[in-house]
Amino acid sequence: MHKSTLRGAAAVLLSLASYAASAQQKPVDIGFIGTLSTPAGYIGEDERDAFMLAVKEGGGKLGGVPVNVRVEDDALKPANAKQIADKMVQGGVRLFTGINFSNVMAAVGPTVLNAGAFYVSLNAGPSNYAGKACNPNYFSVAFQNDSYADTAGMAANELGAKRVVIMAPNYQAGRDAVAGFKRTYKGEIADEIYTKLEQADFSVELARIRSLNPDAIFQFHPGGAGINLTKQFANSGLADKIKMITPIYSMDDRMLAATGTAGKGFYLSSLWSADLDNAQSKHFVEAFTKAYNRAPTAYAAQAYDTANLIGSALKAVDGDIAGKPDDFRNALRRADFPSVRGKFKFGPNQHPVQDWYLLHIEAGPDGKLVYKNLKVLARDHTDVHAVDCKM
Amino acid sequence: MLMFLEQVLNGLQYSALLFLLSAGLTLVFGIMNVINLTHGSFYMVGAFCAASAAASTGSFAAALLAALAGAALYGLVIELLVIRHLYRRDHLDQVLATLGLTLFTNELVTVLFGRSPPFMDIPPFLSGSVALLPGLNYPIMRLAFIGAGALVALGLWLLISRTRVGMLVRAGADDGEMVDALGVNIQRLFTLIFTLGALLCGFAGVMAAPLLAVEIGMGERILITTFVVIVVGGVGSVRGALAGSLMIGMTDALGRAYIPFWMSRLLPPELSDSASSSLVSASIYILMAIVLLFKPRGLVPAQR
Repeated sequence: MHKSTLRGAAAVLLSLASYAASAQQKPVDIGFIGTLSTPAGYIGEDERDAFMLAVKEGGGKLGGVPVNVRVEDDALKPANAKQIADKMVQGGVRLFTGINFSNVMAAVGPTVLNAGAFYVSLNAGPSNYAGKACNPNYFSVAFQNDSYADTAGMAANELGAKRVVIMAPNYQAGRDAVAGFKRTYKGEIADEIYTKLEQADFSVELARIRSLNPDAIFQFHPGGAGINLTKQFANSGLADKIKMITPIYSMDDRMLAATGTAGKGFYLSSLWSADLDNAQSKHFVEAFTKAYNRAPTAYAAQAYDTANLIGSALKAVDGDIAGKPDDFRNALRRADFPSVRGKFKFGPNQHPVQDWYLLHIEAGPDGKLVYKNLKVLARDHTDVHAVDCKM
Repeated sequence: MLMFLEQVLNGLQYSALLFLLSAGLTLVFGIMNVINLTHGSFYMVGAFCAASAAASTGSFAAALLAALAGAALYGLVIELLVIRHLYRRDHLDQVLATLGLTLFTNELVTVLFGRSPPFMDIPPFLSGSVALLPGLNYPIMRLAFIGAGALVALGLWLLISRTRVGMLVRAGADDGEMVDALGVNIQRLFTLIFTLGALLCGFAGVMAAPLLAVEIGMGERILITTFVVIVVGGVGSVRGALAGSLMIGMTDALGRAYIPFWMSRLLPPELSDSASSSLVSASIYILMAIVLLFKPRGLVPAQR
């Protein structure tokens, strides 16, 4: 009797103590620097919402560790983003994510990595961080920037396109996309057309394409410029004769909605589609649609994976990133989390080794356009920069 | 040859868009002496009003009405609340205030219409293309755009050269203080001009919405080119805006079409790519520099 009372008291004390400990556990700060304003703001919004969905599902925790996601808008200005990162680093934030654009990434990267903090990218995948400037604390969960273009080149081969016109905006990411496409495309390139960033009118280029009469066009125009191009391509009457091949990021769900039926028949290279047959993807699509009343983009899928990856690593160190950075890094490398992509692992440069798919935009059963996953374009696809990475 | 004709039509269509935007801007700048960076916002407001009216009614007429009414009304409100207080301030104050208004409008539109760009379809009677010559099919929507630009140019010409209001506008452009001294309610004239400018932007918005992305910030991007147009054409003159629009529109379209073509014949490929794309981007500014060298007040300046 006496003994059991003691034991009971001890149990109560113990549980009280553990309660106190969990109450004291300070939430882990995660710096989420995203593009939430400007016309590209819808992308950042989707990424933030998907990331927060994972946090919400964990009841304010990722991997059972309470987190405090500090969301800031970079307004697509590298200088802004750097300032925000500086402030957060000084405030003791050890873990960052959220950046969509590679030029913003280039500005924030050194700030975060030089401070010994971690960066886990949910979209931007510039080549330097995959190659020469690869860093033990830098992880890319989405892709390396070349991947969506070189898989589009494979798509062009797959579709039997003999002559292709390439069209991309004249800036770094545009030129990278062209280089990526050319690396894998085996046919003839009829012409390379460089457009202006944020170009509104494509009539001149479309007239040129009409006279060249290629089998297909490869183009990379995310956001507004891509909407312009798609609408005008459909209006020009070229869509019946010429196949359009583009990465999913030049024809995401919002762009598809903004172009009516103009995107019908487009072929896309993508790392994810809502019809992928795995439990995590199905759960994600359902939960996201229910929470936000809209279909998730591939951007959102990447962000959700990023949050869950971070959760798996936080769990391994019980949220103590500063105290156990090596364990945290190793846990990230293991990538032991359920991915919406079915399977997921990192290559030696801490960029994904993953499957890429060929999608086709067709009318669904209700007449609305949907992405149909036709086939796998590349299995366990990596990037060419990994060989330059010495870690 | 057919290709050249098609590119000329493309140039005309771009000119028409530029003219609709610059006609109002040049009057506001020339007559009211206000640098109005909010001008592009009226274009955006028009496009968003058109897209949402088209989405809810499915009618292009409703979209047209919504765009005109929305842009004009917003222009009127902005004039009454803000611009009115800026007439006698210097240009820096005007730039700051109207830039602020641009940011405000972007957020306002985001709050009202959301962040995802809405869709607006080409109305059925303007969809498809028509054979202008054997082998030259041109989209009807673009032809309609050119026609709309020409009609507005004609209408403005009639308004300015044949009506009392037009006379006052011309007088105001030449010597606003004298008009004021003669007992004309110049305040009302200013409000009218400003609203008319916004209305034209709204019209440009509804015509552009089926062809372009309707998105936040669409006005700012074209505003710079619009300023180039009025500087080339001559500030304060609608005829100048027309001449400037045609020059800039044509230079841009033909430059994009033929500069890469000629450069690839003149230079080795690794140089011609970057050289031609830089030259294409710079072409309208080079044109502006040349025009200003010979005609510092623009092609058709308002008489003074």
